[in-house]
Amino acid sequence: MKYIRAFKDKSARQIMLGIAFFSLLLLLVIGVSLLLKALPIMKEKSLWALLSSGNWKPFKGEFGFLPYIISTLYVSLIAIIIALPLSLLSGIYLCTYASKTISRIFEPVIDLLSGIPPVIYGVWGTLTIVPLIANKIAPRYVEFSSGFSVLAGGLVLAIMILPLLISILLEVFRSLPKEITDASLSLGATKWQTVKKVMLRKSFPGIIAATVLSVSRAFGETIAVLMVCGNIPIIPHSLFDACYPLPALIANNYGEMLSMPNYESALMFGAFLLFIIIVIFNAISRLTLNQIEKRFSL
Amino acid sequence: MNNPGLAFVSDVFEDYHNKTILMKLPSYHTISIRNLNVYIENQHILQDINLTIPEKSITCIIGPSGCGKSTLLRTLNRMHDDTPEVKINGQVIVDDEDIYGVNVNVIDVRKKMGLLAQRPCPLPMSIFDNVAYGPRIHGLKKRKAINQTVIQYLQYVGLWDEVRGRVRNSASKLSIGQQQRLCLARGLAIEPEYILGDEATSALDPISTKKIEEMFVKLKEQYTIILVTHTLRQAKRIADYIVFMYLGKIIESGSTEEFFNNPKKQLTRDYLSGSFS
Ligand SMILES: Nc1ncnc2c1ncn2[C@@H]1O[C@H](COP(=O)(O)OP(=O)(O)OP(=O)(O)O)[C@@H](O)[C@H]1O
Ligand SMILES: [Mg+2]
Repeated sequence: MKYIRAFKDKSARQIMLGIAFFSLLLLLVIGVSLLLKALPIMKEKSLWALLSSGNWKPFKGEFGFLPYIISTLYVSLIAIIIALPLSLLSGIYLCTYASKTISRIFEPVIDLLSGIPPVIYGVWGTLTIVPLIANKIAPRYVEFSSGFSVLAGGLVLAIMILPLLISILLEVFRSLPKEITDASLSLGATKWQTVKKVMLRKSFPGIIAATVLSVSRAFGETIAVLMVCGNIPIIPHSLFDACYPLPALIANNYGEMLSMPNYESALMFGAFLLFIIIVIFNAISRLTLNQIEKRFSL
Repeated sequence: MNNPGLAFVSDVFEDYHNKTILMKLPSYHTISIRNLNVYIENQHILQDINLTIPEKSITCIIGPSGCGKSTLLRTLNRMHDDTPEVKINGQVIVDDEDIYGVNVNVIDVRKKMGLLAQRPCPLPMSIFDNVAYGPRIHGLKKRKAINQTVIQYLQYVGLWDEVRGRVRNSASKLSIGQQQRLCLARGLAIEPEYILGDEATSALDPISTKKIEEMFVKLKEQYTIILVTHTLRQAKRIADYIVFMYLGKIIESGSTEEFFNNPKKQLTRDYLSGSFS
């Protein structure tokens, strides 16, 4: 009996290790196969030239990825700057101030919002956000904007990741032990003081993790952004300029394999780049998360 | 009543019903609970609690697990406010004012009634900031004053010597007993007028327990103290008055001597003799 139990324990451990290892392997396989496809162009041009050039002229064999990289980062940054404060406030409201009835109404709505397919957000953005920017917002700041812009992409993306962020944050806040907020309240702190000094502090790692998840999602979001951001490979200089994020580049061009040398390889390099951006971003945030937990005496 | 300090309302309320006049109690710095009923999710958790806690003394609440001791203490601090499942009827009169009255500010109530929770729960910050938390939220800003307060209360609970080199470190790294004393210091640092301790020494070794007990005895010169305890011996050692609860009701209450030497109810005798716990 004793041996059987030990054997079960051991084999369960091995199997789980295997599964964990498999997901790591999957990551490597994806990375390596993208890299292999990207090799032809990397042999022809230096990495630095690919990353730092702003010229994208496939017919002339010029492949500068800088506009795509900057567009990807810019649009995602705008999205998270808009979405994070909003989702924090609504998450806090729903889990501390709102009555049961209110949260019972709002939470299914939030879930529903995150279930709406991106293409619908894209269409809606084209119909409302783009004209709004072109006619109302942009004229105050710049001479001309078609509305298809960084701002439009950022806004649509913000609206898309908002429900995701809210529901993760709600999960984070709800997982805080009740004792800890009780301890603060019983010392005579107001709810807002408790939120600021205890809740946000204790859930800070969770908030960062939620942000990382939604930014990763934002990096990769394709269709909705592609529909509203203009898709012009230039480096955007203002919020009202058009831009062209990496996923849009790949989705727009993959498949129509023109007879341009290295074009497919360049697209694969773009995919590899996106993959690396997300991996690096996640690695950095994991490291900072560890630092934060140490620094904040959590 | 030969002892006016021992104004246990069970007596007073008989007068109230007979003569239909509310006897005016010597109520300053006393807590008097009248016809208190607490329901949680439609369960009747506290039933017809009538009790007056005399000032500047230690009242121990004893009774088997689940009889409602913690619920009662939390009621005195209005900690049920944010749990909609809890319904409270009745009055809790503190310093001549019903803390469940309409114009009462719950923050004032909680500052006045210092609650030390059953499970020690350090806030996610340093040891220093934990103790400074209460004074800070109540408006203390001067660094020097905060430093002084923190050191004073850490000394008070006998934690200062153990942590003096690392007060800026995370409080969650402390041992459970140290956490309990930290929470004690944190609760005292808001300078409440009443102390409600829910098994404040449950995680402590005999020596620290003794220290804390001595602290309570010293504190009762200025404070009115209610302690929940599971150890009858502790109650015997430090209590002036005992309240015995069973299944949400107060079975018997009285001075410690009376209670232990001459219990009036059969249930109390059974409990004291250890027939159930
Ligand atoms: N939030 C709640 N929801 C449902 N029931 C509750 C809640 N809080 C307390 N109760 C119930 O109220 C009763 C009294 O609980 P309480 O914590 O006051 O007991 P206690 O006397 O402090 O016990 P112990 O000595 O074990 O701490 C228990 O039956 C408990 O299950
Ligand atoms: Mg209890």
